Amino acid sequence: MSNLLDLLLAGLATGAIYAIVAVGFTLLWQTSQTINFAQGEFVMLPAFLVLAAMHAGAPFWFAILIGILLSLLLLGLGFKTLLVNPMLRHGVLPLAIATMALAIGIKEAVKQFFSAEASPFPSIVPAGDISFFGHPVSLQSIGVLALAILAVVGLTAFLNRTSVGHQMQAAAQNPTVARIIGVPVERMILLTFLINAFLVALASLLITPIYLAKFSSGEVLGQAAFIAAIVGGFNQVRGAIAGGLLIGVVDNLAAAYVSTQYRAAVPLILLIVIILFRPQGILGRAEERTI
Amino acid sequence: MTGAGKYWRVALGAIVIAGLIVVPANFNRYGLFILSQWAVMTIAAMGLNLTLGYAGQVSLAQGAFVGIGAYAAAIMTSQGMPLIAALGVAVVLCFSVGWILGYPALRVQHHYLAFVTLAFSTLAFLVFRNEDWLTKGIYGISNIPRPNIFGFATNRPLPFYYVCLGSLGIVSVMVWWLIRSPWGRAFLALRENPIRALSLGIDTRRYTLMAFAIGSALGGVAGALYAPLTQYVDPVPFNLSLSLDLLMMVIVGGAGFFFGPFLGAMIAVLLPEWLRFTEGYYLMLYAIAVILLLIYSPTGILGILDRSLAERRTKIASARRAVAASKLETAP
Repeated sequence: MSNLLDLLLAGLATGAIYAIVAVGFTLLWQTSQTINFAQGEFVMLPAFLVLAAMHAGAPFWFAILIGILLSLLLLGLGFKTLLVNPMLRHGVLPLAIATMALAIGIKEAVKQFFSAEASPFPSIVPAGDISFFGHPVSLQSIGVLALAILAVVGLTAFLNRTSVGHQMQAAAQNPTVARIIGVPVERMILLTFLINAFLVALASLLITPIYLAKFSSGEVLGQAAFIAAIVGGFNQVRGAIAGGLLIGVVDNLAAAYVSTQYRAAVPLILLIVIILFRPQGILGRAEERTI
Repeated sequence: MTGAGKYWRVALGAIVIAGLIVVPANFNRYGLFILSQWAVMTIAAMGLNLTLGYAGQVSLAQGAFVGIGAYAAAIMTSQGMPLIAALGVAVVLCFSVGWILGYPALRVQHHYLAFVTLAFSTLAFLVFRNEDWLTKGIYGISNIPRPNIFGFATNRPLPFYYVCLGSLGIVSVMVWWLIRSPWGRAFLALRENPIRALSLGIDTRRYTLMAFAIGSALGGVAGALYAPLTQYVDPVPFNLSLSLDLLMMVIVGGAGFFFGPFLGAMIAVLLPEWLRFTEGYYLMLYAIAVILLLIYSPTGILGILDRSLAERRTKIASARRAVAASKLETAP
């Protein structure tokens, strides 16, 4: 029983990280029809930016700051102006394929300029266990979960309670009408890209201490985030959150109870079943078919 | 198309084919391997071009079908069965699995379909890696024999290159015929406007499944040649990145153009060799080049060519029109 609790907690912690990444993924889709196949690489890169800053002699907290700023600049502003803006008029699929190429580019750049080996990454949450009703619980899991929940709650509060958040939602749901009522749609779309860049940087800081920094780690993360986004609901922020948590828990339980060899298969089968029987996702709204 | 243009095309085609047969005769082992690999990847990319370029169904699973074909060939030929039997099994197997994989395409489109096929790709990889009894897992199957064709042993690189090239030729003719048949027209209708196609009485269900199944079967053909080409099969080459690579080959060459896959596979397979001097930077350069190309022309390299040809034709036509108009005006 206590084993199950541990698994659940660890699953929720990784799931919360998947949720953060998946939320960014759905935000990009909603505001600018961008299916970002490089989202996993976006999570991989900030950790290396932090490591590079630390190699240059910056203390850890300052390196984190530099890492987040560089992610905002490269993965937010740069991604939007250099890749998405010129590609958007060509439609969804060419843009998606351009992001696949971008994923290869980022991976190779890290391999070439940094290292092909896995590097350890300092944790922002202290390691160790705390006693919880006489049961040892991993402090790292609790810390990751708490930070991720904080980020998600902060983001939903921002989207639902502030004027800028409402404008962003309006820009996503109906850009034409939003423009008419005076929402600066372009600026809102840029803001989504910056939020995505911040979310992936945060996810990077949380997950890299657990899985090490490696140029290829984006593949697994990206896939987990896609699956989370689709299982939960592609057009809903809360759907992505639910999907992320669910995938994290399912993944961890599958590793323990199904087989370690096929643990990766369980979320994929879940994905196929969801797409076949409820393509809008567990919490998503059905998209109208346009003729 | 004017008559002279057609002759030029036939002549150009004959020169390219003759070049592909004659020039490699004194290539070294490695050059022949690369060229054979190009032929094999072109076959796989042609299959994906049918599914994506002509029928408009996104698939991220072509690499998995190459894997299924490769494992079918590896397992059967190392048991002593002839390659042609393995090829038949690979085609039938990939056709059936492709048909089943087409069912999600009836319900969901575009990005959802991309994710279903992506999931399938990863599942296939897990099976290749974990089912030791069948695939020997991560150790892979080695010493895969090369076939005897009409009594000729093709163990040496040059004869086997001709096997690959000949297969590419046969597949090309079949695909050429297919896209000019009513089926090809139906695939195009499916891509351009599925609802209109349905209202015109085209059985879109059947053609969607067909597009998937035939495209996948060609992936299987490529795989069945890949196994004897490398003579060693393990799960790593058939992970998701092969599917992504094949997709990029089709897009870079030009999706929906017959010669797109030839060009795309050439860039993906041969360019690394030419860019060898850049060492580790090759894939980075490739990624940047693909992005720039897509920004400039989302329909690939042949799309650029197509556009410039169309522009020239309009220019010639409008010049002729102007001449004709001036003649009309000056006419008494």
